[in-house]
Amino acid sequence: MALYVILFAIFGAFPIFFSFVLSFHQWNAITPPQWVGLDNYVRLFQDRLFWLAMWNTIFIGVIAHIPILGGAMVLAFIINSAAVRFKHFYRSAYFLPVVTSPVAVSLIFSTLYGVRFGLINWVLVTLGLPPIDWWGGNGEWIKPAIIILFIWRWLGWNMIIYLAGLQGINPELYEVAAIDGANLRQIFFKITLPLMQPIILFTLVLSTVGAMTIFDEPYLLVGTTGGTNNAGLTITMYLYDRGFRFAHLGYASAMAYVVSAVIVFVSVLNIRFFGRSRTEA
Amino acid sequence: MIPSETTQLIETARRDVRRRSRAKRWKLLASEIVFNGILMVGAFLSAFPFYWMFILATQSTNQIFSWPPQFTPGDNLVANYQNMLTIIPFWRNFANSVFVGVTHTALALLFCSMGGYAFAMYRFPGRDWLFAVLLATMMIPWIAGIVPWFILISKWLQWINRFEALIIPGAASAFGIFWMRQYIQESVPSELLDAARIDGCHEFTIFFRIVAPLLAPAFAALGIMIFINNWNAFLGPLLVMQDKSMYTLPVALSLLRQDPRRGFDAGVLMLGTAMATLPMLIVFLIATRRFMAGLTLGALKG
Repeated sequence: MALYVILFAIFGAFPIFFSFVLSFHQWNAITPPQWVGLDNYVRLFQDRLFWLAMWNTIFIGVIAHIPILGGAMVLAFIINSAAVRFKHFYRSAYFLPVVTSPVAVSLIFSTLYGVRFGLINWVLVTLGLPPIDWWGGNGEWIKPAIIILFIWRWLGWNMIIYLAGLQGINPELYEVAAIDGANLRQIFFKITLPLMQPIILFTLVLSTVGAMTIFDEPYLLVGTTGGTNNAGLTITMYLYDRGFRFAHLGYASAMAYVVSAVIVFVSVLNIRFFGRSRTEA
Repeated sequence: MIPSETTQLIETARRDVRRRSRAKRWKLLASEIVFNGILMVGAFLSAFPFYWMFILATQSTNQIFSWPPQFTPGDNLVANYQNMLTIIPFWRNFANSVFVGVTHTALALLFCSMGGYAFAMYRFPGRDWLFAVLLATMMIPWIAGIVPWFILISKWLQWINRFEALIIPGAASAFGIFWMRQYIQESVPSELLDAARIDGCHEFTIFFRIVAPLLAPAFAALGIMIFINNWNAFLGPLLVMQDKSMYTLPVALSLLRQDPRRGFDAGVLMLGTAMATLPMLIVFLIATRRFMAGLTLGALKG
């Protein structure tokens, strides 16, 4: 137990606190750190690339999670309905992407996204559509590429969680509602969603952390700088770039703290908004 | 004798019910078709990239760059394999990943179960305060402390290119201990422990002989989650491993894409990816339920 506390203190708690201290210093890891007060934060807020990375990260996170969470809920509702057989098969099939590493997924998709010989462009051309220049142009296809990959990887995971939640709902509730003449839509919005509220909250909080710290996928798809016009530069990539390639450690720490503040803020907002009215059954 | 009017009424009502139930059956069938259709398309989309990965792994560059694409296996598997081994020491990286994953998971399970047990069953000074700190750090993503974490490992501990860097940090995770505490509180009766104490058992004996066996399902679920996260981790190993022979699989794979000398060969890349992914896929298909339970841990108690 004591060993646990020591380990946790060293690798869990210490970096978080020391990071805070560092964010007020200028440090390149060789000469001693220099106190610069709020300077890092001031520079950060004037840094165009920081804002761009922040925008990219939020854009990718929000746009990807609408279909992820919405689709997961609809699919879970469908699989849970009596009309579907082979439930076990579907559950496994949708869960497959979760088991693979983000690196493997990114590499597989990088071949699917091939501009001249990629499978997706072949499908588009066969259908008579123009092929997509995924990485070129003004970089306008970079974010969609990352978003598609993200949806593919995470939809199944959220679906399984929602499904488990749906299966925990007492079927008598549905029967009573059906007898009272409620239609499918009313059942979904008036019974299912309110009862699923705590589980939706759980997925929202985890999704926020996942989306704000996205690194592996864009890093492997478009490289350290985020590709054309930095369209794929996320905040964690920028942090990695400043902190570990240029050794601006204080600056990177300040950035880490701003990101964490955003995550905590959004999570608290989620909890306030979705955890507010608990409907007990 | 029932008047004919009434019989007629009953007859109409029956027909009505029959028609309605027929309509209902049609409706059910229609929704069955639509639902299954949607699900089939989704299942196809989610499984197809894996098929494609295996297909490309067997093709030569010429076959991959043919138009239209070939959907059947090619004949270049052996050459791809040999090419891959000239870029990365695949089996060494594979062994690294297995070793790091297994030791890290074992250590983490030990720490999390003992820590969770202490929080659940003992009263000690500062317990509640400590637990509050633990909960607070769960809210903060690990990336918040990534800079000091790296300094700690590289400068102070000198763990660059050493397995310790991937095994020890994170073994005392806040989430693991929190989850274990909840599990122990619910599933281990404290009367059992009192009885054992009266019989004169040492605290360690109690933990390993009585508590640990009760935790088997928790070990399985949490263990799978920790192992997969460790197996898939990229940024951490990327930072601390700077020698090819020390890379774990994800970092080694990223090298296949970025080899400056040859550009990248999609066949070789997909072969490496397939070989790194296959073991996980097989274990998943064998133990699907356990995997899902492990990877969605916390969802239904959160």
